[in-house]
Amino acid sequence: MITTNGATALDLRHVKVFYNEKLAVDDVSIPVYKNKITAFIGPSGCGKSTVLRSINRMNDLIPGARVEGQVLYHNKNLYGDNVDPVEVRRRIGMVFQKPNPFPKSIYDNVAYGPRLLGIRDKRTLDEIVERSIKGAYLWDEVKGDLKKSGLALSGGQQQRLCIARTIAVEPDVILMDEPASALDPIATQAIEELMKELVKQYTIVIVTHNMQQAQRVSDYTAFYSIRKAEESGGQERRWGVLGEYAPTDQLFSNPKSEETERYIRGEFG
Amino acid sequence: MMEPTPAQERIKDEQAFAHGLASRHLRGLVWERFFQAAIAIGIIALLALMFNVVNRIFGVIAVQEAIHPSELSDVPLEELTPDQLSALLVEHLPSGARVLVRDSLLGGADNYNANRTLTMGEFLPGVALPEAVAQLTLTDLQPENTQTLLVAAMDKNTLLEEAYSQVVGRDVVGSWPLTEALFNRAAIEAEVAANYPNATLQWNNWLDGQFLVDSMSNTPANTGIRTAFLGTIWVLVLTLLVAFPLGVGTAIYLEEYATGDNWLERFIETNIRNLAGVPSIIYGLLGLAIFVRALEGITQGRTLISAALTMALLILPVIIINAQEAIRAVPPSIREASYGLGATKWQTIWNQVLPAAMPGILTGTILGMSRAIGETAPLIIIGAATFIVKDPTSAVSKFTVIPIQIYNWAKQPGGQFQDIAAAGIVLLLIVLLLFNATAIILRQRFRRNLSA
Ligand SMILES: Nc1ncnc2c1ncn2[C@@H]1O[C@H](COP(=O)(O)OP(=O)(O)OP(=O)(O)O)[C@@H](O)[C@H]1O
Ligand SMILES: [Mg+2]
Repeated sequence: MITTNGATALDLRHVKVFYNEKLAVDDVSIPVYKNKITAFIGPSGCGKSTVLRSINRMNDLIPGARVEGQVLYHNKNLYGDNVDPVEVRRRIGMVFQKPNPFPKSIYDNVAYGPRLLGIRDKRTLDEIVERSIKGAYLWDEVKGDLKKSGLALSGGQQQRLCIARTIAVEPDVILMDEPASALDPIATQAIEELMKELVKQYTIVIVTHNMQQAQRVSDYTAFYSIRKAEESGGQERRWGVLGEYAPTDQLFSNPKSEETERYIRGEFG
Repeated sequence: MMEPTPAQERIKDEQAFAHGLASRHLRGLVWERFFQAAIAIGIIALLALMFNVVNRIFGVIAVQEAIHPSELSDVPLEELTPDQLSALLVEHLPSGARVLVRDSLLGGADNYNANRTLTMGEFLPGVALPEAVAQLTLTDLQPENTQTLLVAAMDKNTLLEEAYSQVVGRDVVGSWPLTEALFNRAAIEAEVAANYPNATLQWNNWLDGQFLVDSMSNTPANTGIRTAFLGTIWVLVLTLLVAFPLGVGTAIYLEEYATGDNWLERFIETNIRNLAGVPSIIYGLLGLAIFVRALEGITQGRTLISAALTMALLILPVIIINAQEAIRAVPPSIREASYGLGATKWQTIWNQVLPAAMPGILTGTILGMSRAIGETAPLIIIGAATFIVKDPTSAVSKFTVIPIQIYNWAKQPGGQFQDIAAAGIVLLLIVLLLFNATAIILRQRFRRNLSA
């Protein structure tokens, strides 16, 4: 275990994820520090998204998905009894790889979360919408026409709208699954700067395939890799494991395992 | 450099490419022509149908009158007062118009014979009658009493109609479709002169305002579609009210809640698909057994609600299947986004899935309603009335619908009823188009909300 002086927002303890009883990720134990950006990196199919989705119980929505182990949030196991996944997702928000605004106006997109919580008052909603869109650095571009459909924005604007939508419910933690992979370099840069702003208030976990991005934005990095085994029938079984977890500088400058080193040098993945 | 393999050589063979390209384009062209021909055939069939119907609705009729109106009064009948019209009827009808009173006011011969001793006041509680008349039975009515009674119980239009049909004896003795009227006028005139020397020829349009507001009648000139039109609207609205929420609800359950891994759910899924193909007459038998007979206490037998429930069963599979497809087509990313913000399952369904699926759901509803509007067989089995003059006023009224009327008219002897059937067909098509247009407008509105 890494020792730090910061407090953790989340603690993953021996998390294993199965899809239809097939092991997808084995035994992941990492902390997620408060007001820090934790990056997940690793080759395609190693289970980054799977672990990320198990943090706010989005995996519950996939038939056949099952999680073992514990995800501790304020010392409470999110997979324990009496935990309502709806509450989990309200506190641990998510931004997806492909921008997915609702087919509604910009305003309604951002007001959706607060409305789910029962907020109907127009003035309160107006205030939340404005603050959230400003928080996502989108205000100057859309303030003239909040009635416009969210789908009419550019890809980068859509992704920032999705972030505005997420912060509108004031979550604790924001999970981002390759939030910039569908965007051009300028939009990517905007998202990265936004993350550095957001982390002052929120805890962020981000999945990325971009080594430079991980180095630029993250404080801690978890590297996942793939294990393979021959099945009796000659078939190959693959599952993901946590390869290495360290402060980002350390992981990139001084990786402990050869596998990590080869991955961050771009030799496979 | 490696030697190219035979496969690579074949791929790069320019001559074969040029030859193949021409034949590829040709094949496309053949199919294109085929599709154009298919559309042309469809349009021709549609035009033929429209022509046939329009040809029957418009045309000339030969009208014959037993007594010419000028022999009855110096001014046109339309200008007479109700009193004068009533007097005319009493004077010219046998037995002082008592038969008219019996048939139009007392519910016909059967009803009267069952209650011979009742007075006019007891027969017609809703009509304000002078005391002297109210105490009389039908046989006691003197001509002046009958005249008072008719004025009190009938409005002017009815009196006028009765005067034309009973006294003037205006009768349509022949009708000719539009094409004949235009191109064969001389022959028609010759025929009329030979067979009906007293008749006059006049242009006629069967689908006129009178056709819409008249109830049924045995004489072509007086018959109308009012009762059937109202019946169709009632059946459609009731059917929609039952089938839409039930169908969409079932689809939501099957798509969103059912896991699909138990035999019961799979059994239901498969059978809904099978039900969509069951002949409508079977639904009629089912409706007869359940809604008309078993649930008679609630539906009161052969009524609108029995018909609507049967129709709802009939179109439920169509609505369910289309709604399921529409719900399934909602992109998972929208659901994920909603759940990711802390929405409950129901909030996600209500706020995201249903609005996104609504265009498809409405398409299925249009298909279902189009089917319900034209179905005749199940309603005949359920026992829609074939001759009825009372407007439906509630869900438990007796009723008839437009297709049944069309069928009844079409099987009557005499060309005029065929023409009236054509007018009914056009009205049916108009109702169908109006219903569908409404649904399509709604659908477009939802679509526009969904897209950028
Ligand atoms: N819904 C699912 N059902 C079954 N198996 C799944 C499902 N989602 C992911 N998997 C499997 O789990 C493993 C990990 O997938 P995951 O999407 O987490 O990888 P990833 O690291 O995010 O990859 P990428 O970088 O390509 O996004 C893969 O073997 C994948 O096939
Ligand atoms: Mg992924």
